[in-house]
Amino acid sequence: MTFEIPFGPQHPALEEPINFMFEIEEERVVNVKPRLGYVHRGIEKIAENRNYQQLVYLSERICGICSFAHALCYSQVVEELLDLKIPERAKFIRTIVAEMERIQNHYLWLGLTAKEMGFETLFMYAWRDRETIIEMLDMISGKRVNYGMSTIGGVRRDIPEPMIKRMEESLNHLEARAEYYTKVCTKDPSILKRTVGIGILRPREARALCAVGPTARASGIPRDVRADEPYAAYGEIPFKVVTYRGCDVASRMYVRIDEIKESIKIIRYALKNMPEGPIRVKAPMRVPEGEAISRVEAPRGENLHFLKSNGTDKPERWKIRAPTLANLLSLCRMLMGVNLADIPVVIAGIDPCIACAERIALIDAKTKKLKVWEGKDLWRYANEWYRKRYGL
Amino acid sequence: MAMEDDMFRNLKEKPVTIQFPYEHVEPVEGVRAKVSWDIDKCIGCRLCVTICPGNAIQLVGRGRQAEIKYNVGRCILCGECVDVCPTKAIYATKEFEIVFNNRRGMITHFRRKKRKRTS
Repeated sequence: MTFEIPFGPQHPALEEPINFMFEIEEERVVNVKPRLGYVHRGIEKIAENRNYQQLVYLSERICGICSFAHALCYSQVVEELLDLKIPERAKFIRTIVAEMERIQNHYLWLGLTAKEMGFETLFMYAWRDRETIIEMLDMISGKRVNYGMSTIGGVRRDIPEPMIKRMEESLNHLEARAEYYTKVCTKDPSILKRTVGIGILRPREARALCAVGPTARASGIPRDVRADEPYAAYGEIPFKVVTYRGCDVASRMYVRIDEIKESIKIIRYALKNMPEGPIRVKAPMRVPEGEAISRVEAPRGENLHFLKSNGTDKPERWKIRAPTLANLLSLCRMLMGVNLADIPVVIAGIDPCIACAERIALIDAKTKKLKVWEGKDLWRYANEWYRKRYGL
Repeated sequence: MAMEDDMFRNLKEKPVTIQFPYEHVEPVEGVRAKVSWDIDKCIGCRLCVTICPGNAIQLVGRGRQAEIKYNVGRCILCGECVDVCPTKAIYATKEFEIVFNNRRGMITHFRRKKRKRTS
């Protein structure tokens, strides 16, 4: 006999509103249906009324945690349309800030997952260490979140010599802590019992469902935009793509902790080999007609921005695909067969950021069925709405 | 149990949390916070109005007679206006604890001195 259990949109184990309908058979999940549409913000529509310079800051506010990745992706796509060559030093600073953001995000994820497991001590410890990296970002950019570093044509602030020395100290501390967490997460029995063998996503399924980021890498697929299609200064910096073959939540944890160490190495190399020179070139306000896409490896996975310009100072269409949307299908696969009590840990395992991945969902209130709208339907709806509103 | 060594060490230490209303953290050098105007330098070029992502800045009047209406409630503290100002009339302050009791308090008018004398 199966029960239907709704999970969310408001649930103590989920930070963000998303609804899952679970079909449960004796404590085990046999079917799951996700439902989005609770925090739609209409960012793509707002973008049609703003100019390109203003949109850098809107793109930063798509996601609070991987804000720099979105700003970087947006800046790159506009630079491609403008055919703009950005200075070498700006590329290195972009790489450094992007990697610092990755460290920050992975510490945050470690804490949140520990909280879902019921291990509050690790949550507090991880967030205490996250404060170190946030202070570093504050020192460089002047803000703790939404740094405002990337802009069209380069970066807005330089990293001077005295800052580099202070960064070295903080990096040493963070590396020691990352080593410590590796020890804790591989040895602590309460962590191992909640993570090993839970939320299995086999490599073949991960490939078929287009998993991205640490979720794919934990299933043994070396999929990383930084290595596959280098942007910023990643082409000049040696680093290795961390993969694990465990396919479970524990592997996702080890991938992220190892990525923290790898990011620290990248930052050290970039700080040492940073070329001198300007950090920014001037960008024109008007962008010539064209279409472009840009990909960036955000902490959670692959970001994709598509931009269509029409020759004015405002874009015609800006399409964003955040990593959570790509991972949502594989999340549903992972949830099959897990225990009811393990659901929060598995959901936290992909590092979901629902607001980034939000799409509108049209649901008939009477029949409770989802409707799919095409462009034609939207056009008809918009016309009807205007006629009704203004009595035309 | 793999964290006991760290736990015992932390028993002796003080809490790392800062007791906010009683203790304050000094803002870092170059913190992005509220901006202010040196209105006599303003030439009314509207560059800050065009670039502001949150439409926080309004220009009342034209040219060198223009006055600034700055809404902190809409400001996202990006500091683009400071960078773009050709006469350095806009400068960044270190005021980042911005709290208001009413919406009207969020709006600051920067008026020119000359105009006050005549009226």
